[in-house]
Amino acid sequence: MNLETLDAALRPALFEYLLCLGDDALILGHRLSEWCGHGPYLEEDIALANLALDCLGHAEALLTLAGEVEGKGRTADDLAFLRDAYDFRNVQLVELPRGDFAFTITRQFLFATYACLLYEALQQSAFEPLAGIAAKALKEMRYHLRHSSEWMRCLGDGTEESHRRAQTALDELWMYTGELFEVDDTLRTLIEARIAPDMAALQPKWREQVEAVLREATLTVPEDPPYMATGGRRGHHTEHLGHLLAEMQFLQRAYPGAQW
Amino acid sequence: MAEMENCMRLWEVFVQPRTGAPHEHAGSVRATHAEMALQHARDVYARRGPVVSIWVVPTDAIYATRPGDEGPFFDPADNKPYRHPLFYKVPHGVKNI
Repeated sequence: MNLETLDAALRPALFEYLLCLGDDALILGHRLSEWCGHGPYLEEDIALANLALDCLGHAEALLTLAGEVEGKGRTADDLAFLRDAYDFRNVQLVELPRGDFAFTITRQFLFATYACLLYEALQQSAFEPLAGIAAKALKEMRYHLRHSSEWMRCLGDGTEESHRRAQTALDELWMYTGELFEVDDTLRTLIEARIAPDMAALQPKWREQVEAVLREATLTVPEDPPYMATGGRRGHHTEHLGHLLAEMQFLQRAYPGAQW
Repeated sequence: MAEMENCMRLWEVFVQPRTGAPHEHAGSVRATHAEMALQHARDVYARRGPVVSIWVVPTDAIYATRPGDEGPFFDPADNKPYRHPLFYKVPHGVKNI
């Protein structure tokens, strides 16, 4: 099905779902962009900026589609710059401050492993425009996975300090990974309509792939915490998202409609 | 930081614009090992143009002529036009010759 043949009853759920995907890409992309000019050396600075641009590209495609599905004339820019924190649907994992290089790389590795599985499955989505975006984004996410996996091995199996920093990042981030695989009523509706994949079914694969790289990196898989962080998909965010949006949205808020 | 500088090597990057074309020198990158050099080369030299293949070679693996070598190495080629394939007609539409 496409925009014209989409069942009207599915629109609200699909709009929410596209915000989830688009906001993950937008906020992660913004966090990556904060490294521009601060990378550990020139080549890696360029690499991180490239990853950031890829994510922003995915966000633009997904939020544009979200606006079309919503049908109220909102553009990707409207959705990115004119919503408040409680309207954002990203997981908390992507909004956490960039931390040190090991933290950024570990997050990218955990997210890219998830995103590759997600986009692979979404290529078979019954909603054709989404399947198309997934096919395009998958190629780029596979590179994110290759780059971040290589760094996980370097950091984990590197010096005492790099190992310690990577392990610390992993331990801190682990409790934010459960949210990636939550299935709520919105998602269940779309799973039944074969628009979205069953995320719960992808989780074991994610874990298997993550553990394989961590073993090579001589890092220890963290114990599952008593509870996983949750709420981002319902608009409950950490304090960090508000600060991020204050900076990201400043120009459009101070000078509405400004173009350059 | 000093520790990282010590394990960084310089790599020369060669990119191939299309299958069958020669790999051409594009520039250099710094990296700790070959896989990372390849990834950096991709980000720095292959993102904007058509590239189908990349080689990275440690710079210190290249043995090269020195400035003083010009005379004995290259000057003798100056006055031997018969070494150039100038006397053949190239059929229309043939590329890569």
